Parts: sequence; C-alpha cells; structure tokens
Amino acid sequence: MAERLLALLMVFAPLSLVSLGGGPSIFAEMQRQAVDVHGWMSAGQFTDLFAISRAAPGPGSLICVLVGWQAAGFLGALAGALGLYVPSSCLLLAIGHWWRRRGDSPVRRVIERGLAPVAVGLIFAGVYALLRADGAGWMEITTLALCTIALLRGASPYAVMAVVALLYAGLQQAGAIGR
Amino acid sequence: MAQPSGDVVLLPDSPQARLLDILRVFTSMGLASFGGGLAGWMHREVVERRRWMSEEGFLAGVALGQVLPGPNSVNLALYIGQQLRGVPGAAMAFLGILGPPFLVILGLALLYGWGMGMAGFAVVLGGIAAAGLANSLATGLRTARRMRGAWPWAVVGSTFLAIGLLRWPMIPVVAVMIPASIGLAWAEGRMRG
Repeated sequence: MAERLLALLMVFAPLSLVSLGGGPSIFAEMQRQAVDVHGWMSAGQFTDLFAISRAAPGPGSLICVLVGWQAAGFLGALAGALGLYVPSSCLLLAIGHWWRRRGDSPVRRVIERGLAPVAVGLIFAGVYALLRADGAGWMEITTLALCTIALLRGASPYAVMAVVALLYAGLQQAGAIGR
Repeated sequence: MAQPSGDVVLLPDSPQARLLDILRVFTSMGLASFGGGLAGWMHREVVERRRWMSEEGFLAGVALGQVLPGPNSVNLALYIGQQLRGVPGAAMAFLGILGPPFLVILGLALLYGWGMGMAGFAVVLGGIAAAGLANSLATGLRTARRMRGAWPWAVVGSTFLAIGLLRWPMIPVVAVMIPASIGLAWAEGRMRG
C-alpha cells in the first residue's frame, strides 16, 4: 500500500511541473503511466475515468484523483491530488511572493498594464480552444452567445447556469438533444 | 508608503479580505466550476463585487497563472489568496477551489464503481460548460471595452490569433508577447510624461 502511494506521488509530482495550461498537456503521459507502466487499470477504465472527470466540477486534471482512487482507494486519491497540485502551487507561490513584495511600485504598474491585454487575448483563445475541443455545434454556440449577452447585461451567472441546466435537461428528456 | 486605510480606489493588499471569507468565496466558486469559466467567476467575485483587488492586479494573475504549470483556475486562486493574505490566504483559496470538486469527483467514482452510467448527465453538463464559457467571454469583453488606445487591441488580437486560431504553442508566443506588451505600456507612460 505504502509503495503504491509513493508510486503515485512519483508519477504525479514530475507531471505537475510540466502541466502547462493544466490537464490536456499531461493526459497522454498519465494514461501511459497508469495503464502501461504500473498496470493500475485497463485502457478502457482510464477512458471511463476521463469521462467521469469531465462530468465533475473543477479542473480537467482532477482525473489524477480518480487514477489515485483506482490504484489505492481514498489515500491514493489524496496522494494523486497532492502529487499533481503541490509542486506547481509552490512554484506559483514563490513567484507570487516576489511579486507581492514589490508592492504598488511604478515598475509593477507598467508590468501589470502590459500583462492585461495578453491576459485578455489568452482568455479569448481559451474560450475558442474549449469550444473546438468539445466539438461544439450550433446548439452550444447559440447557448454561449445568449449567455454572454445576458451576462453583459448584468444577469447573475448562477441564474444563467441554472436556466441552461434546466433547459438542457428538459430538451434531453423530450428527446430533442442527445442520443 | 504607509497609507491610511479606507482607500477604495486601488486595493492591492486589502486588509478587509478575511481568511474565512476567502475560503467561503472560493468554495462556492469551486462548486460552480464546470467547463472552465473560472476566470470569469473570480473576476466577478474578487474585483467587481468585493473590490479585493484592482483590475490590473487581477489580470496580471490571469497571465501568470496561464504561463506557469498547473491548472489555470487553481493558479489564479492561489495568486489571489496570496496577494490578499499571504500563504494562509493562498491555502484557503486552494482548499476552496479544489476541496468541493475533490469530494464530488470521489462521489462520482463511487457511483461508477456501482455500475451507474452517466450518458444523459453528459448532455446537461455540455450545456453548463457552454454557460461557463460565456462567463469567461463576458469577462474578456468587459475588460477589453475599458482598454484605451490602439496598442492593447493589437496585443489582444495577435495573442488570440497566434494561440487561438493558429494553435501555436503558448509558451514561445507569450515569451514574445509579454515583453513586447510591457514595452508598449512603458513607452505609452513615457509619452504621457
């Protein structure tokens, strides 16, 4: 048991530091380690876990919890999460600490003003990439457009989300969408 | 640099953000984080509603969180918590943003172990994910509307073009765009005197 927990940490901690942009960049290696190298599960099981992780809130890389769970139960789930999130978090905190110490200096303000448009471009690119990755059809794009208009006019995101969930559940029950 | 408190224009290190508040805010966002629209939620809660942080400080966190390894949402939460209250603040944000999804996903794993399918569920989640994306899009649009001058638009456009449309790898692109953009911000500041 202890060996498995250690193995989980050894798999996830290095992946943590190369997980640029979060989950998608490390799924392939995670699958290779869990299925081929350590034999914690079959390839089919990994695919099921991937579907489950898509259905849960939180970052996509949270599949590490499921891999840990499959390999070693609750402690394994914990080891998976700590292994994948603690190293990258420490790196971010180290840089954030230096940043915070600079206080409200003119240099920091210039850097912040320069970073802002890059961040906005990244946000747009992220929305576009996720739409493409999910193979969004006219239904999703219409939903996205209507929700964006509602939000820009000051609607609460919680209300928007609840309306969309009810609408989709209703349409699915009626057999209009989904298979 | 010590200023009397009560300055509500710029609050980079606001003392009003209590640790419990940070935990509470990020826990509710952790539960709502379907489909990756989290930058939008955080902007609304942290900048617009609570004014814990300035717009520029927040966007710097967005950029930093995307460039460094780790999930963007977790990185941004850590950054916000740390800028507000140091490491304890970051710990609260981390627990809040990951704790609820951790428990939910374990619950789903149990259901899976008992042999339950989730086909119909996936359709509804697809819709929720689209609504989550709308949140991000709205934040980007709202921020973009406030930008002054031509150069920020050029930076937004070329970043989107390179990473979104052309699908170039992000790291080299931002390694060029960030210094260029900071240089432009600096030049603009000098022109204004």
